[in-house]
Amino acid sequence: MSTPLLDVSGIGIAFGGVRAVDEVSFKVATGEVFSIIGPNGAGKTTLFNLVTGIYRPSRGTVRLDGADITAVPPHLRVRSGMARTFQNLQIFFRMTAVENVMVGCALSERTSFLADLLGLPSVFRQNRVTRAKALALLERVGLADLAEAPAGALPYGALKRLEIARALAADPKVLLLDEPAAGCNAVETEAIDNLIAAVAKSGVAVVLIEHDMKLVMKISDRVLVLAQGRPLAEGPPRAVRENPQVIAAYLGDIGSREADRAHG
Amino acid sequence: MKAILRSRLTPLLALALVMALVPMIAPTSFHLRVAALVWIFSLAALGLTILMGYAGQVSLGHAGFLGIGAYAVAIGPARLGLDPLLCLLLGAVLSGLVAWLVGRPILRLKGYYLAIATLGFGVIVALILHSETELTGGPDGMSVARVTLFGWRVTGALNWYWVSAGALLVGALLALNIAASPTGRALRALHDSEVAATGAGIDVSAKKLAAFVLAAVYAAVAGGLLAAMNGLITPEAASFSHSVELVAMVIIGGLGSVFGTVLGAAFLVVLPQALTAFQEYEQAVLGLLIMVFMIFLPQGIVPSLRALIEERLP
Amino acid sequence: MSEFLQLAFSGLTVGAIYALIALGFTLIYNASDVINFAQGDFVMIGGMGTVFLMAAGLALPVAALIAVIAAVLVGLLLHRLAIEPARGASPVTLIMITIGASIFIKGVSQILFDKQFHSLPAFSGDTPIPVGGATILPQSLWVMGTALALVVALYLFLEHTLVGKAVLATAANRLAAKLVGINVALVLALAFGLSAAMGALAGVVATPITLTRYDIGTLFTLKGFAAAMLGGMGNPVGAVVGGLLIGLIETFAAGYLSSTYKDAVAFLMILVVLLFMPRGLFGSRAVERV
Repeated sequence: MSTPLLDVSGIGIAFGGVRAVDEVSFKVATGEVFSIIGPNGAGKTTLFNLVTGIYRPSRGTVRLDGADITAVPPHLRVRSGMARTFQNLQIFFRMTAVENVMVGCALSERTSFLADLLGLPSVFRQNRVTRAKALALLERVGLADLAEAPAGALPYGALKRLEIARALAADPKVLLLDEPAAGCNAVETEAIDNLIAAVAKSGVAVVLIEHDMKLVMKISDRVLVLAQGRPLAEGPPRAVRENPQVIAAYLGDIGSREADRAHG
Repeated sequence: MKAILRSRLTPLLALALVMALVPMIAPTSFHLRVAALVWIFSLAALGLTILMGYAGQVSLGHAGFLGIGAYAVAIGPARLGLDPLLCLLLGAVLSGLVAWLVGRPILRLKGYYLAIATLGFGVIVALILHSETELTGGPDGMSVARVTLFGWRVTGALNWYWVSAGALLVGALLALNIAASPTGRALRALHDSEVAATGAGIDVSAKKLAAFVLAAVYAAVAGGLLAAMNGLITPEAASFSHSVELVAMVIIGGLGSVFGTVLGAAFLVVLPQALTAFQEYEQAVLGLLIMVFMIFLPQGIVPSLRALIEERLP
Repeated sequence: MSEFLQLAFSGLTVGAIYALIALGFTLIYNASDVINFAQGDFVMIGGMGTVFLMAAGLALPVAALIAVIAAVLVGLLLHRLAIEPARGASPVTLIMITIGASIFIKGVSQILFDKQFHSLPAFSGDTPIPVGGATILPQSLWVMGTALALVVALYLFLEHTLVGKAVLATAANRLAAKLVGINVALVLALAFGLSAAMGALAGVVATPITLTRYDIGTLFTLKGFAAAMLGGMGNPVGAVVGGLLIGLIETFAAGYLSSTYKDAVAFLMILVVLLFMPRGLFGSRAVERV
């Protein structure tokens, strides 16, 4: 592997004594698709929140492009090239699709509060530039037709892609996608699948949390399996799939889900 | 037609048109004064529209900032011998500064917690204005010196009408500018999801603080104008019920709509004047109206109307 | 020392009233997520109602009972006519609805009653009882005793009756409560009725000390709200402790520092507590899930 772009080392956090994420390390290189899988409650989203700075880790470090960003507040991590999507959709529902993506462009916008207040011509020039960029991104994720639709009126699969477009608007070096295909039908999943591959190809390191194993196995370069907050296995998809510990963990999960169903 | 409805400056033109028409149909100077009051309260409420309507942050103590602006115009000339116009500016700066100091910690709070914190701030301001009798004249308030605008003594209902109308137009223009800018997008974004706004690289606390400070400046300027026009100010200006009325203006007109805010202000300013004959019933009617609006038109008048019109248009 | 004790007595007396109001807030908040800004107006209805019914010739217990029932009716109407139709509205909208209700209640009260201050004779005379160098008014004992009795009664009701448990279950999880067959609408009405009753009773026993007027509710609402927040919104124990603390602190501040800013103390406190303990003294800290 070439020099890692994202280097997470020994990261961990505990909530009320429970170690939600414990001693997790991984590295992701430019252009790579790195997937994190694991049973429900394994700590995948918590790991994302640690990497993106929503939670402050109690131990471990996060490095991006060689720089230690462990203590950098979340909104500044975007500046160093990190963008993400969310498991539970975090859409700006009162705004249109294109406006959602325009918000994602916030970092590249050159304007000030005073200029905005006074409505200087530079603000409107900036708006035009931002809008063009946002429209191009919507085109890229296949939502160009819905640019002016209120985000609240978009179907679920479209919202998932809208989030990806918004994250891409920050021109990230690392893109973290939290279950981008959850709740999507086969056609939508296929579209997202192609989109992720294209994004990685364009030189972005993609970190993916996903439950759709077919998708994971197809597009991942490497996979990390988490169970109860700890790394269980890491490697190429095929090796991971055949790892007996991984199979046991997943069967355990399925087993417990069956049990839940029986009791619930 | 839709394009006109959606254009950024349409509300401003409509407002200017109304402003030009009112003096032609207002029969007496009393009516002009009421209209001027509408413009002034609209200005105060517009700040809240930015804070509540765009950024989604509630303030139940906004009359406190109005009080700061009003008393700056009253105290400055009377106690320090400063020029009233200068004091209007100083009041705005002071109000913004106080908002910055208070807002930094309390804007971390959300929902009900933010409501009680801002409410507490407003109550404290009102109490100070009430109690520091030597400075503020206490519960009876104090009189305010006449304002001279570049050598022109502003007196009479019509002059005040135009001054307040001009101030509101400027305020409305700035609010519309913000709405159409990256800052406005950021504010609306954090209203819907702070996590996602942060994820887009927006410094959420800084943006909230900016909106809070701006809203405080709007309120202070309105307060200053109110004091100067009335020639008298009492701590009532900063009271909790005044804060409630400001919030009601914003919501009744339509959260986040500039024109709606003016409509809401007009409604709540004119209503008590219309009810003076039934003064006993004023409070009951006001309470009832607030309830009815909140229950049946929580979107406010203007957004509901606009939705209706856009629905009917091809 | 005797001054300290004296202040502590009066602090606990007002604190007991704040505690009852805060408890009313808590009941309604737990059942419906609504912060009821008309809470203090129940106190006014209890006080003013008793004053005017006694003036009409009724005996104190009868007048008080009718006044409390009137407050309960107002509470039920508030729920039925204002809160229920706005289900699912945003917190700000709900706050504004109850603020509107509060203004409305005040407006009707000033027509129905008048705009004067009124008092009630103390229930057991005005002879101060000496306690450890200080004195305590019999009416203070009435206030504290009533508060204590109501808190105990509420506790027994919630923990040891089926209906009470239904209220607790609804507070914990409304959907689950509905699924196991609890009549949630009834529970909500009950919460509004109970809080109104508690507020009104507080008003009846407090009026000989605090006096009453059509608009006295606002300050009670604000202090009760502050108390509930201080204790941690939604926590009944916190509400009682918060109420007593606010009562004590503002009384001591008035006694030792400045009585002018007595009312500011409660809010200053709230600001400090909110900033350093955003969930209040007894609140649980929730982690936001994204």
